[in-house]
Amino acid sequence: MLTTYSPVEMMVAAAARILEDKKIVFVGTGMPIIASIVAKRLYCPNLLIIFEAGGIDPLLDRLTVSVGSSYTIDRAIMATSMDYVMSLAQRGYIDYGFLGAAQIDRYGNINTTVIGDWRRPKVRLPGSGGANDVGSLSWKTITIMRQDKLRFVDRVDYVTTPGYLNGPGSRERTGLPINTGPYRVVTQIGVYGFHPETKEMMLLALYPNTTLKDVQENSSFKIIVPEKVEVLDPPTIEELKVMREIDPAGIIIPRR
Amino acid sequence: MDPDEAREWVRKNKQREYISKLMSPSEAVQKFIKDSSYVAFGGFGHVRVSIVIIHEIIRQNVKNLIYAAKTAVHDIDLLIAAGCVSRVEVAYAFGHELRGLSPAGRRAVETGEVEVVSEWSNAAFEWRFKAAAMGLPFLPARVIAGTDTFKKSSSKIIRDPFSNKPIVLIPACYPDVAVIHVHRADIYGNAQILGHTIMDFELARAAKRLIITTEEVVPTEEIRRQPYQTTIPFFLVDAVVEQPFGSHPGNMPYIYAFDEEHFAEYLSLTKTREGTLQYLQKYIYGVEDFWGYLERIGGYRKLKYLMDLEKKRTEPIYPWVE
Repeated sequence: MLTTYSPVEMMVAAAARILEDKKIVFVGTGMPIIASIVAKRLYCPNLLIIFEAGGIDPLLDRLTVSVGSSYTIDRAIMATSMDYVMSLAQRGYIDYGFLGAAQIDRYGNINTTVIGDWRRPKVRLPGSGGANDVGSLSWKTITIMRQDKLRFVDRVDYVTTPGYLNGPGSRERTGLPINTGPYRVVTQIGVYGFHPETKEMMLLALYPNTTLKDVQENSSFKIIVPEKVEVLDPPTIEELKVMREIDPAGIIIPRR
Repeated sequence: MDPDEAREWVRKNKQREYISKLMSPSEAVQKFIKDSSYVAFGGFGHVRVSIVIIHEIIRQNVKNLIYAAKTAVHDIDLLIAAGCVSRVEVAYAFGHELRGLSPAGRRAVETGEVEVVSEWSNAAFEWRFKAAAMGLPFLPARVIAGTDTFKKSSSKIIRDPFSNKPIVLIPACYPDVAVIHVHRADIYGNAQILGHTIMDFELARAAKRLIITTEEVVPTEEIRRQPYQTTIPFFLVDAVVEQPFGSHPGNMPYIYAFDEEHFAEYLSLTKTREGTLQYLQKYIYGVEDFWGYLERIGGYRKLKYLMDLEKKRTEPIYPWVE
């Protein structure tokens, strides 16, 4: 049963392998939570997980429906406030911010507010929540999301959370903390980074069953493809096991 | 609101006297929540949130509320479903986190029945309350800069006079009424929250009127035995309402877990207007008070299950998973 895997499982495994030990990650709802738990269980036992409602380093054994639930303070080292954890982020303590998104552009700007016009939206989404804060204040921001032409867009309908805004230097010019910004984007097709000079999205790795053709066919903007592109290993048995353990109901990790 | 005006308001209107503020949910709403009030609910939208007061607002048919959606989930969605809200300031709303988007909230915004008047991030909203709690007109912050969220907020950006770097100024928010659900409080309003306080430490001081709903009323000696647990002192408080399970179907840390079965029923019924009415009739209009509602959602058997779930004695189920 564990020898096959789904695109979601590949994404979560790829994301889990990005995180580092002895660092602090600020996680958003859903896949970021699963990937962070997988990382902590298998690769970085000293990864510290922080939630926006005030939970610091809980011992998570399950996916939580809410980033403010009891789970986020379960056997934690601190149960504090939004003000406290957001101030920590502003002070420079958050190494990785980890978010989901509805739309993204080449500079990593994220939309989670509206599809269509803001005044009369086609689809009204929940808004920033803590995403703007995480994307503004973390040293490195990782985004995990589904990729297709409607989600990888030339211009997002609304900039909820800042990426590199209009390109190099624009974060700093608007007053955001220096040396911060998007770091990785993980989709069902591959893992992306950002070009060191132009700050445009750049392919870093594919999966065993995805191709360069998939990358461009599922994006409305041109993605930079470097000479060398890594191919990641499929999810390991251990990674798959942990994912299923922490999401036994199949909320994120589909049951087969 | 001007900080001097806000100070003056406190001086004139806030009781410093030890008098009992214990009242029923219906009295609290009648006294403090009017048509067109600007309201903010403590907790996290479906965690430690005063659903008991939400129900009472709906039962009394309060209209045209302006809602501070600083992570608003089930709270705002019920109010919107019942037609009590006309304008919203949004950091997070119209969603149920992992459960997906909220049909009732989405429908209201997409058809224009409810107007989104501004956008914020969670930290920005929290710091609006913090500015008000400190009696300041604004706080400088390094969030929302450069985004549409900044443009749709009423924040300003200036040059920091010390460093000459750009800095965002987040305006203070002084809600007319805040409603905060807590683990225990005495009859005067001294209130203790166990676990994370989310925005409530700041919100309690930012709001003009403050309704505390509590899982239990305890003697003041109980508060004085653990003063380090007190989040809100009595002189900030205008009403104390005792309601066990007052956050249902929300989670109350250390006491009861989310009622996912109930959320599934709610999210499914609110897909249509008829279903929404059916929900409101069954669970709010059709019962006399929150005790009646607790009976209707399954009574003691259900509540015991939710307490067991919170203690991890049993595995959660998620009937809304497709």
